[in-house]
Amino acid sequence: MKHSSFKLSAAIFAVGVCAFSSLASAQEITIQALDKNFQPIVDDFMAANPGTKVNLEVVSYQSIAESLPVQLASGEGPDISLVTDLGGLSKYYLDIRPYVDNAYFETQFGQVLNWLRGKDGDPKAIYGLPDSITVNGGFVNVTLFEQAGIDLPKEGATWEEWGKAAKAVAKATNTDFPMEMDRSGHRFASMAISYGAKLVDDEGMPVIDDGLRKAIEQFVEWHRDGTMPMDLWGAVGGSTMRDQFDDFVNAAAVFYFGGSWQLRRLDSEVGDFFEFKVVDAPCGGSSCTVMPGGGAYAGFKHTKEPELVGKFLAFAAEDVNLRRLIASAVNIPTAKSMIDSGIEYPGVSAKVQEGLSTFIRQIPKMAPAAYNFQGWAFERAMMNALTTRISQVLNNEMDVDTALERIDQDVRLAIEAAK
Amino acid sequence: MVPPNFEGGDIVASEAISRTLGTVASLPARAVGPFWKWAQRRLGLKKLPWLFLTPNLLSVICFSLLPVIINIIYSVTGSDNLYLQDRRFIGSDNYSTLMDCQNYLDASSCSRDLFWRSLGNLLMFVPLQVIFMMGIALVTAVALNGKIKARGFFRGVFFFPVMLSPVVVAMTWQWILQRNGLLNGILGFFGAEKFSWLADSNWAFFWVIFVTVWAHSGFFMIILLAGLQSIPGDVYEAAKMDKASAWRVFSKITVPMLRPVLLVVFILAVIRSVQTFDEIYVLTGGGPGSATMLLVQYIYETGFAAQPRNYGLAAAASLLLGAALLIFTMIQMKISGGKK
Amino acid sequence: MTDTASQTNGPNLVRFLTRKQGGIKMTWADRVTYGYLLLGVFVMLLPVLWVFISSFKEPANLSEYPPTLMPVTMEKVEVEGYKTPLPLFEVVQEDGSVKVMAQIRRVGIRAQMVDPENPGAGRVTIDVKKATPVRKFHLAIENYEELLDSSGGNIWLNIYNSAFITIVATLITLVMNSMAAFALSKYQFKGSTVALIAIIATLMVPPTVILVPTYLIVSQVGLVNSLWGVILPAVATPTGVFLLRQYMLTIPDELLEAARMDHASEWQIYYRIVLPLSTPALAVVAVFSVMSRWNDFLLPLIVLNRPEVHTLQLALAGFQNENGIVWHLLLAMTTLTALPLAFAFLFLQRYITAGIASTGVK
Repeated sequence: MKHSSFKLSAAIFAVGVCAFSSLASAQEITIQALDKNFQPIVDDFMAANPGTKVNLEVVSYQSIAESLPVQLASGEGPDISLVTDLGGLSKYYLDIRPYVDNAYFETQFGQVLNWLRGKDGDPKAIYGLPDSITVNGGFVNVTLFEQAGIDLPKEGATWEEWGKAAKAVAKATNTDFPMEMDRSGHRFASMAISYGAKLVDDEGMPVIDDGLRKAIEQFVEWHRDGTMPMDLWGAVGGSTMRDQFDDFVNAAAVFYFGGSWQLRRLDSEVGDFFEFKVVDAPCGGSSCTVMPGGGAYAGFKHTKEPELVGKFLAFAAEDVNLRRLIASAVNIPTAKSMIDSGIEYPGVSAKVQEGLSTFIRQIPKMAPAAYNFQGWAFERAMMNALTTRISQVLNNEMDVDTALERIDQDVRLAIEAAK
Repeated sequence: MVPPNFEGGDIVASEAISRTLGTVASLPARAVGPFWKWAQRRLGLKKLPWLFLTPNLLSVICFSLLPVIINIIYSVTGSDNLYLQDRRFIGSDNYSTLMDCQNYLDASSCSRDLFWRSLGNLLMFVPLQVIFMMGIALVTAVALNGKIKARGFFRGVFFFPVMLSPVVVAMTWQWILQRNGLLNGILGFFGAEKFSWLADSNWAFFWVIFVTVWAHSGFFMIILLAGLQSIPGDVYEAAKMDKASAWRVFSKITVPMLRPVLLVVFILAVIRSVQTFDEIYVLTGGGPGSATMLLVQYIYETGFAAQPRNYGLAAAASLLLGAALLIFTMIQMKISGGKK
Repeated sequence: MTDTASQTNGPNLVRFLTRKQGGIKMTWADRVTYGYLLLGVFVMLLPVLWVFISSFKEPANLSEYPPTLMPVTMEKVEVEGYKTPLPLFEVVQEDGSVKVMAQIRRVGIRAQMVDPENPGAGRVTIDVKKATPVRKFHLAIENYEELLDSSGGNIWLNIYNSAFITIVATLITLVMNSMAAFALSKYQFKGSTVALIAIIATLMVPPTVILVPTYLIVSQVGLVNSLWGVILPAVATPTGVFLLRQYMLTIPDELLEAARMDHASEWQIYYRIVLPLSTPALAVVAVFSVMSRWNDFLLPLIVLNRPEVHTLQLALAGFQNENGIVWHLLLAMTTLTALPLAFAFLFLQRYITAGIASTGVK
């Protein structure tokens, strides 16, 4: 039994290898993505361009985050890949201006193209297709609010008001956690920018200001008074990204700050267990903003088929195809025309539709600092420093002043190291 | 040197295995025979051993020595480029960054405080973990060396976790220690409150030691068991005649006769303990704060997980770690009389 | 508890465990020993067993607190007029009697229910505190099916890759290490101590620490995305050479001399005499090599980036991503990756432990 399956898989492998090598003579490129939503577009492209071969490879997030940069540094890797560290990999991107309609890309994706240019890129280059963005945001358990008899804070409510309300609700309903936030520098940056933090200046150097200090102080206070549990930011170390969205799904958290990608999971798992809602961006002293995020499909300089890469990205960027991609992945579009016209998501519940439109409503409200930060080449360095140092403050390893000093040093060291 | 109390079945089976293996292996071995004959004539008996050593030494040079040399070069150069020719020389900058402290007695005053904290944690972790691990391995080995029922079963049970991958070990314990996990479930049955085990510095440190001991003690237990079984039985018989107490037998006979094996186990345990990474990285990520971050994780995060990757700083930290290990081994060898 | 007492009154297990050869009384030392060993069995086996059980629970059952001992699922019935099957609850009525009802919808602390026997009677709103779900034993084989589906048939490829790396690397390791150990144990030559120390010293280089340089070398040789890129960097294991050398030292030199008298070449002495005699030590080195190769994670992670060359461990890590941990798939995958080793171990444990014991590290 064990033997035959081994033989079988060996045979499958052998057939795969043969199929691979026989096609190698055709024009061939490889795309790396996190899911199979791209497949129909790949199929259409191959049908429209006989003699070309596009391989879609589904890989894990860890592969894109950790091994793609090393591969690129050694001139290896796929021809096109989904990238999430948009500005950090600029020096490897292929400029696709010769192959795509430049005006179309500029009007559709404008600001986001800038993120891809980072610090090493040509300020005019088009480095890829930023198909969708994600939006950070808070989810709230409406049912718990109703049971506690407390009114939901309205649009324009501050972070403190949300914290207080969540705490009161948790107390009244005997819920474990009033408030939780993914352990991610990106999520925290939403709050910090609302409090007035600039995070990065025009020269691309880190900014440590009062806004950041106030945000950290508030954040620490919440952990001290039990508004936020130590389980997440307090328990994990280093720069590891962790979430405890399970708590919200199981109604153990009143308010959860995560992002638009969590919506689908919420819809499929919560069912009618409780009512939830996506809330408008909580406000700080300075603005009511959340962070944009997301990925882009970029081609790389090392490809042997730059023209095919360009042609494929141009094809995928066409309105029909892009719409189809966004709809099947239930993502928020980046393209201006699609934000304006809205997108139909077939097979998606009313709750998710409503949530998505709330997220999309936040996009115009985003502060310029949020866009600047997202496009900064050292955004990751800053986010890692934020998570690491804040966790240290929570565990009494340092005070807020030292933490701010260390964050500054961490980012400057990273900038120095990348020279 | 077949240990005294192994069942005859093992020997018959292992002979059968070795015969089959021998027949299969002899085919390619015979094929390269002429080459070796020729080599033996050319090199003579004095140099032939080097030919036997060549494949292994080549591998050591390519995949251990060369990487260490590259690391040395990384540590004195800057930039996030992987290729050596693209990196610029910066001298001892990386080392001085690591050493940059306002007060050398307080880790939190250092710019790279995490380096010092992870080093401090390592200095706490290694002795505790090694002592616990060797203690448990020794007690288990002694218990399993006696005349007991189902010895094979018990031996298997204690050895089993050694076969699990670090990721699986960490996931298993994370699943048990989580807030809604089995441990809280059991304690809750006795009326205890839910507790976040990995959110408390001291408990997290305890669990990190516990889990690594759980995963690795079986390995050392088996080696110690082998050592115990090579102690001649008549020594114990003599002790029995003298009506020596169990503790006396243990401390006056077992431990002294086990000394050479204990030393090997000790050195192996320390080296492995210093290198601990995967389990803790998956279990706590080094948290809470930096309470369970060990040096190898610091090196991994700086050189690999951070953006941009600071290969230079990571390499400098790793060379300091290497130097520390080397000094430890040398001291160890001095103490044990300079013999292997 | 004496022997006779346990034989007449004690339960079977106790009797089995306290039974002694020749009916000798159990001393307190024996009892402490058995107590310690049983505690050990509990601590060592329970976590793994718990993961195994958990892998058969459905997601809703997994997130329950306190955790249920056995995998269970909600009992559901088809009720006229409702499209999907409804979950059943035992509801405490006002008069204190218990009635089984089907839940249509639950909002917070209130639930709308209907009598499954008599759906025409209309909906009732009930306080959820008064309702307890009706549950039945259910093995969530779906977890495994979903796992196989989501891997898109890749799982066989993953198994093939893991097996290929494990087997080939172990064979190479055995040959290379035994050759080196042979040279270091059976010849006196200049530089042998230096060579031995050089090999043993690599023990002190943590693989994590030389990850980046290793990748640089692998990519320069052009082995990225090749299984050989994972196999080659770790074939020379210092512990392997050390164990084999220690063992070969115990083989009497007279055997070799006799063979030389018969005009055997040194190579023939190696593979005809020394190798077969070292089988127990080779078995141990093989076991360690198989374990570390099957479980290897970091090197494959950076060297193997295409799904068709991924190993099982990489596939396992794929269930923990930026959107959190998918526990039900992860637990199933954990069980699957650990099972082959567990089975191999069950069958081979006698030989493994006997082999390790006979190497007699000294």
